[in-house]
Formats: sequence, C-alpha cells, structure tokens
Amino acid sequence: MDMLTWTGALSALNPVLMIAAGLLLIAVVLQILTSFFAADPGITANPDGTVAAQGGIYGLAERAVRWLFIALVVICLAYLVAGIVMPMGKAGIVGAISKRLLPVWIALIVLFVLSFNFRRKLGLYGKLFDSTIGMIGFGMVMFWVFTALFSNQIITSGVLDQIAQLKNKAPGSPLPDGTGWYLLGGDHLGRDVFSRMIKGSLIVIEIAPLATLFAFMVGITLGLPAGYYGGRLDAVLSFLANLILAFPVILLFYLLVTPEIVTTGLPQFMAVVLFLFPLIFMIVLLNSRYYVQPTRRNIMIAAVVILGGWLYLSLISTPDTRISFLPKAIDLFNVPANILIVFVSVVFVNSPTVFRIVRGITLDIKTRDYVSAAQTRGERPWYIMLWEILPNARGPLIVDFCLRIGYTTILLGTLGFFGLGLSPESPDWGSTINAGRKLLTIAPHPAIVPALALLSLVLGLNLLADGLREESLKD
Amino acid sequence: MLKFLLRRLVTMILTALCLTFIVFYLTNLPPNLEKVAKSELGARISDAEVASWLDKYGYSRPLLVRYGEWLGVAPGWTGSDQGVSIGRCVKRGADLESAPKYCGVLQGSWGFSTVFKDNVGAIISTRLTLTGILMFWVMVLMVPTALLIGILAGMREGSKLDRSLSTFSIATSATPEYVSGVILIAVFASSMVGLKWFKGTATSAMDAPNFENFFLPVLTVALYGIGYIARMTRASMTEVMTAQYIRTARLKGVSFRNVVMKHALRNALIAPFTVIMLQFPWLLNGVVITETLFNYKGFGWTLVQAAGNNDIQLLLGCSVVAVIVVLVTQLISDVGYVFLNPRIRIS
Repeated sequence: MDMLTWTGALSALNPVLMIAAGLLLIAVVLQILTSFFAADPGITANPDGTVAAQGGIYGLAERAVRWLFIALVVICLAYLVAGIVMPMGKAGIVGAISKRLLPVWIALIVLFVLSFNFRRKLGLYGKLFDSTIGMIGFGMVMFWVFTALFSNQIITSGVLDQIAQLKNKAPGSPLPDGTGWYLLGGDHLGRDVFSRMIKGSLIVIEIAPLATLFAFMVGITLGLPAGYYGGRLDAVLSFLANLILAFPVILLFYLLVTPEIVTTGLPQFMAVVLFLFPLIFMIVLLNSRYYVQPTRRNIMIAAVVILGGWLYLSLISTPDTRISFLPKAIDLFNVPANILIVFVSVVFVNSPTVFRIVRGITLDIKTRDYVSAAQTRGERPWYIMLWEILPNARGPLIVDFCLRIGYTTILLGTLGFFGLGLSPESPDWGSTINAGRKLLTIAPHPAIVPALALLSLVLGLNLLADGLREESLKD
Repeated sequence: MLKFLLRRLVTMILTALCLTFIVFYLTNLPPNLEKVAKSELGARISDAEVASWLDKYGYSRPLLVRYGEWLGVAPGWTGSDQGVSIGRCVKRGADLESAPKYCGVLQGSWGFSTVFKDNVGAIISTRLTLTGILMFWVMVLMVPTALLIGILAGMREGSKLDRSLSTFSIATSATPEYVSGVILIAVFASSMVGLKWFKGTATSAMDAPNFENFFLPVLTVALYGIGYIARMTRASMTEVMTAQYIRTARLKGVSFRNVVMKHALRNALIAPFTVIMLQFPWLLNGVVITETLFNYKGFGWTLVQAAGNNDIQLLLGCSVVAVIVVLVTQLISDVGYVFLNPRIRIS
C-alpha cells in the first residue's frame, strides 16, 4: 500500500481552495480598510421609500467576502463528501478521516435539521439557531460530543497498539501488513495518533461537563446564602473562596495530585465533602418547593436520599483505600482512583469562581420587586433563593457554564501536560501533548493533533457561550 | 482611604498566612517526610529508622510549632547528632551559643534546597530575575496589542472590524499556552514545516536573550492574555461609546477621531487596568507552562522542579513568592481602580 497524501485524487481542487482562501483574505482586509474611509456603510434610503444597498468599493468587497466564503465552504464540503463516497484511501487523508467520521456527520445533520425546524418551540436552545456564531460553536461542541460517543466505531486501531516500524512516521503512513493506514501518523512509541485523539475526546467529554456541573452545585449551594444573608456568613465564605483563588492553580494541582498525598487519602476526603453538595442541593430544592405538601415532600426527599445517597456512597467508597466501608455487593461502581483525584481537584479549583459569580448575581437580584413580594408573602429564605432568585439568574449562569466547561477542559489538559493524575499511557489530550512535546522539532504531529483538537473544542464552547449571551440579552 | 488600605492589608496578611500554612501542611504530611528521610538515608531503611531520623532532625514535633519555626516566630529546634550539636539555625560544626535563636522566612533564612543544593533565597532571586525579564517583554508585547485590538473593536460595535477582531480575541483566549506553544514551535521552529525562523527552546535566552530564541516564549505567554484583555477593553469601550456625553460630543460636531481619542479612550481604559493587574496570577500559570515547554529555567520551571522532587523548602519559598505576587496585584488593582474612577467612594 502506498503512503497517503492529504487530499489524494482530489488534489486538483487544492489550487482552487488556495486561490479562494487567498482572495477571501484580501477581500476581508480590503473591507476592513475601506470601512475606515467609507461614510456610514450599509443601506441608504431613497426619497421614494425604497432602500438601496451601497455600491462602490465597500459594497463590492462585502459581496466578494460573502461569495468567497460560500465558495470556500463548498470546496471544504466537497473534500468531506467525496471522502465518504469514494473508497477508503482514494480521497487522501482528509477523505479517509471524513469516512471514518461518518456516524458523527449523520448525527450532526439529524440534530441540526431537527433543531432548526423546531427552533421556535425550544426556548433559549432554539434561539441559538438565530445566531451564526452560536451555531458554529454548537456545531463544534456537538462534533466532539458525537465523536466521543461513537469513538469505538471511529478508531482505526487500538489506543495502546504499538507498531515499531511506524515510530514518528508522518501522517498517511500505511500499516506494514497492508490493512490500513495510520491516518495522522504514529507517535514516539508507534501508536496511532488519530485513534488516540478520538479516544482522548471521550475522557474530556466524560469529565469536563460533569466536573463543571459539580462545581456549579457547590458554587450555587454556597453562593446563594452568602449573597442573600450577607453578614458574617458571607465574610467567611468569601474569605475562603478568595483563599483558594489566590492559590496558583498549578501549585495546587501538584500538592493535591502527587502520589504521596494520594496515599494519605486527602483527595478522597475532599471528594466526601464536595460530592455531598449535589445531594444537599437537591434535598433543599425539593424541601423548599413542597414544604406545604408534607406527604409529597417526604416521598420525594426519601427517594432522593435513598437513590442519591446510594450513588454518593458508592462513589466515595473504593476498596483498598482509606474510605471503603460499603460491602462489595451493594457498591454500584468504582471510579478509578486517579480519575477521582483529577475530578476532585478540577471541581475544587472551579467552585470558588462559581461561588463568586452566584453571590454577585444574588446580591443584584435580591433587591428586585419580586423578591420583596415573595418576602411579603411570607416565603421562607430558601424558597426565595432557589425558586425566585436562581431561575432569574439562569441566563448568565448558562453562559458561564459553557465557558467554564471550556476552562475545565484547559485545566484537564494542564494536568495531563504536567503528567499529573492520569496515567501516562492514557490517550487524553494533555498527556498526549506532554508525550509529544519532547520531539516537537523533529516530529510535531503527535503533539499538534491533540493540541488542535483541544483548541477546537474550547473555541467551540467559547463561541457557543458568545452566541448564547447575545441571544439571551435580546430578551 | 487609610482605613480601607489597612483593612485590605490585614486581610492580605491573614490570607498569606493561611495559604503558606496549607502548603506547609500538605508538604509536611507523613508520606512526604518519609520520602525526605529515605532520600537522605537511602530507600531501604526500616520504618523505625525513618522515625528516629525524623525525631532527630526536628520533624516529629507538632506541626504548628514547626510552622512557627519556618516563619521565624518560634525558636529553632536544637539537638545533637553523635556529639555534634545540630539545629535549625546551627550550621554544621558551629556551636550552639553563637547560633541565632530564630531563623525563618521573617529573618530572611528560607532554608536549603535539596534538589539544587543551594540556599532557597539565592535560587529564588536568580530565577525570579529570569522570569522578570520574560514578564517584562510579555507586558511590552501584550498590553499595547490588547488595548489596540479592544479599542478598535469597541469603537464601532458590530462592524466588520469588530467581528474580525472579536473572533481573533475569542480564538486566542480559547488557546491555552501548551496548545499555542506547541503550534508555534511546530510552525516556526520544526523541520516538518521548514520555517526555521525561531528556536524551539529558550535555554540560550537565559544568558543572552535575543529575538530568535526569546520571541516564541514571549508570544506564547502573551497570546492567552491578549484575547482576555482585548475582550474586556472592547466591552468597556462599547459601553463608553453608548454613553450620553459621547452622543453629545457627536451632536456638537466633534469628529469621530476626536471623540474616540479625547472623550472615550480615557474612560474606557479604567476597566482594563484592573483586568491587567488581575491577569498576573493567570500569567503566573502561563509562565509555569511556557517555561517548562521552552525549557527556560525561570521561576515557573523551578516551581515544577521543586514540586516534582518534593523539595519542601524550595516549594514553600516558591509558594510564598507566588502568593505575594497574587495578593499584591489584587491590592494594586483595587487601589488603582479607586484612584482612576472618581465615581467610586470608599466609605
């Protein structure tokens, strides 16, 4: 089998792509430059009531940008679609990757068509499809979510399979037995960079949103009373939050994640405390809502305590560690120790910031009329906090949630980059970048591929947050 | 104002004490101390030998007492080893009477690094100088670029320029240093792409920094901050541009250029000032990653070495410096904000 080129049989398209990209760049620069000199750009009204788009060099540049952008997108789509249609390997590396990602494309198309058609009935999520930036961001995020979901179908070889001949080989190198290729080359141990990158997305998609959710639970449960009651409680909690925030993150990671600290069980004790917050949050939430219907409340709280408590106990109790009291028979699952530590430290670093945001919003909202109305009605404080203030704070919190998932992804990468927590063989992006950076000047692809993957996910989350912010401000 | 300053100062000192105590506690947990003993005596010693070694070298006393000693508010421990008197403040071979009673951080004695075999104070001052040079150039690159981008983008909200620059700043603030560093090295320093404009390591920049070996690390640290500061500047600029007095100035017939330069700019730069100051702790983070990636042996690199090798004294020293940097910049940003913004009054 031959070495694959990037675009294979479609290489005739490459000059067209280059020319279109070059022209687009020139047109954008031209448009920006002319916007300095042009008077008020855009549409002018005629005396007879019609409007006319402005011509001249600015209007020309604007139209050129739009058409060139569409052309560029069409060419890129042509690469991907041709890759799916043509047999494996004929359409080069891009085509082959596109073929492997087929389940992802199908899922993305189904999701977008459905959401776009029903966007008026879907609330804030539907409004996202009114903003281009938001849609692009959402598409990038969902791409990685689906990639993680279908990772077992997508990968071309095992994550730990080593082929000695393919050490540091360039992208598109064929396997020695002729059954396929290393689409994005081999790393320093002869493992497939493409499959590892795909599998790495699973780790990020599993940990980052969940860790952010836990951080939000902690932040909300502590931030609401701090903002609402104020006084000494606020002073103490704010001091603690500032204390953690003043810690350099990397120092904190080194202190929490080193093996010596792990043997003392400290991260586990932190898990015991931090994982309790979602449980408390749920109980307080239901209690404050159904306080006046005691039977219903008791049933619901009992269900939460039993189910949530069971999950909580199985989560924190791991055999052969400091905390293992649950008998094996009723221990639902065991999180691997190193994953748990990474999870705990990420939640720990994120929650003070969430606390500060929630506290700030609460301070602002508690002066509103509807809060005074609820107070006059005689509602209890926790009802006001959770059912009056929190729903009205959802806009900024959802936006921050998206941004914070991105930040958590960066933190996970940082942990991997310093070789903390996850095992060195793990395919997560941070560890892969760390392993690849030693040979960066000779064979950069093992580090570049996960770096670009991480970049696109975080960028997607930031764009999504930007789109959400824009749409939620329109109300 | 004085009362406000005083209260901030007290909180700051309290925070610093708490943080250093947490670091002290975590680095002095029993497994860490056992590791220290084993690195001194060899890995194959028994638990009893470890305990006696720890006992002899003052590690077995209560944590708070040892923290006080390290801080310099409790007298250092003394003892004897085969007839020779030893102690925290006693140099090997010197006699007890001539040694000072207190020796801690407050007295300027930061301890001895086991990794670098040197005084922690000396190591930190040389490493901090190197990082200072890096930070200086980062600031020179980052602040003007970020402010320019933010002001240009916020000047006409929603224009093409705004959208291009905002996308750029979102993209850079979504790129952590270990990603941008890797991409920059691969593009500008690797043999694969072939543009060998810069060097992939900054080791030689420690003696003689020049454009070739120092630009990539500076750019790597600066990029992440540029996006963030530019976004804040843009937000503040758009807010100012919608203010009443800007509209008045426009209606009065002042040219757009003069409105931006004379009316808007000064008011729009208040918020970025605090952001830049609060950016220091994040830059510290970026410095650690960048120095590790480019093998520039500054403060961040030292911190990683100390943490990775369980060098307790050096790690404590590094954390003191880091914590002080964070707290002082917070204080400056608070005080500066009050000075710059006359609408804020301290009661």
